[in-house]
Amino acid sequence: MISVDIQQKSYGDTPILGRVAFQIPKGETVAILGPSGVGKSTLLRIVAGIDPDYQGTVARPDKMAIVFQEPTLLPWRTVLQNVTLVHPDLSENAAMRMLKKVGIADKAHLFPGQTSLGQQRRLALARAFAGQPDFLIMDEPFVSLDPETADTMLGLTETLIAETGPAVLFVTHAREEATRLADRILELRGQPAVLAPHLVETGEIP
Amino acid sequence: MTENRLVPAFSLIALLGLWIVAAAISGDPTVLPQPWALIDPFLQEVASGELPYHLFQTLIRVLWAFALAMGVGIALGLIMGRSERINRWLDPWLVVFLNLPALVLIVLCYLWIGLNETAAIAAVTLNKIPNVTTVIREGARATSRDLDAMAQVYRMSRWTKLRHVTLPQMAPFIAGAARNGVAVIWKIVLVVEFLGRSSGVGFQIHLYFQLFDVAMVLVYAFSFIFVMLAVEWLLLQPWERRVRRWRAA
Repeated sequence: MISVDIQQKSYGDTPILGRVAFQIPKGETVAILGPSGVGKSTLLRIVAGIDPDYQGTVARPDKMAIVFQEPTLLPWRTVLQNVTLVHPDLSENAAMRMLKKVGIADKAHLFPGQTSLGQQRRLALARAFAGQPDFLIMDEPFVSLDPETADTMLGLTETLIAETGPAVLFVTHAREEATRLADRILELRGQPAVLAPHLVETGEIP
Repeated sequence: MTENRLVPAFSLIALLGLWIVAAAISGDPTVLPQPWALIDPFLQEVASGELPYHLFQTLIRVLWAFALAMGVGIALGLIMGRSERINRWLDPWLVVFLNLPALVLIVLCYLWIGLNETAAIAAVTLNKIPNVTTVIREGARATSRDLDAMAQVYRMSRWTKLRHVTLPQMAPFIAGAARNGVAVIWKIVLVVEFLGRSSGVGFQIHLYFQLFDVAMVLVYAFSFIFVMLAVEWLLLQPWERRVRRWRAA
């Protein structure tokens, strides 16, 4: 169970997030929807534990994975090493199986820079799911892809989520992505941003 | 392409030609001997074992100072580049040490530690650390925050992160500091030997300086220059190519 209860988050004197609280049980996919600049990425960085500077509490499991907007790979290590270095307990065979699942097994010994952007994103997905995460965080993972590729990637992500069954939190500004992938959609609105409608104030934590 | 490769060769031959002409004009082998006049003394020094012995002594000192300066400099540079607070405290020290003449550090080390090997290597190391730190700090400042975040969420171990995430980003800076380092360190080692050691190329140059033997001074100087060029071509450049492999790909 992932439990998020943020009281407030500011950059200097500018409040970015108000009270934002929600829970995600294992196996559920939750989308955070909201316009650009509303504070989605800020929320996500807090939930992921990258940004420790906020008021509130977040309970998260140890085994986490993240997929960023950009592939965020190690360009100086091979495709296969990009998976095995992040998951030292994973055997090379298991890593290869994962690469095969996302369709880039033949690129295993190339450097990421030798593959296309689409393949690099597949690698980022493979890296995320290879560790059998309990909690997966995705930050606009399909942004800046052409519609066809985005659709393939969405399908692939759906399959992998169904297989692994982690709690998933993903951030997007595209409603169709959210409705397709998520069991539940939370909308982030306003300044400072809160979940809309004002779910928290009714006393119930979504 | 061939022209580009030939230019350095011709340029060096021209320099040699200049030397021959200058030696001919001066007409005094005690001031400037002809290049070929160096061959006999060189062979004699090699045969007697003097040259290999002193070369080896100097090389050991260069290696020690290089390893220490790079180790400490990389550690300091990383820390200062990644923490603005620590940087504010240490930066003034860096400026002081960067502007301290090499000679002052050498003399102080000999005075404080004594005329021994520790002092010699400490002096060279202290001379080089600030430069390495400055270069590495720039590299550390330029490291990717996104990759840091990735490493953090996936809970990569400290060592794995250093080895596979941080240091590869720093490779161009480390390579730069290393090449620069070797070039500067061996020159300072010679000065250190000149001033206070009884072995090494610097010591031999001191000896032949007092005997006013230009030929032997040149023999030792060139021997060491060739060794350092070999280090550059056979070790540093291949290593640099290796760590840059992924870029060329």
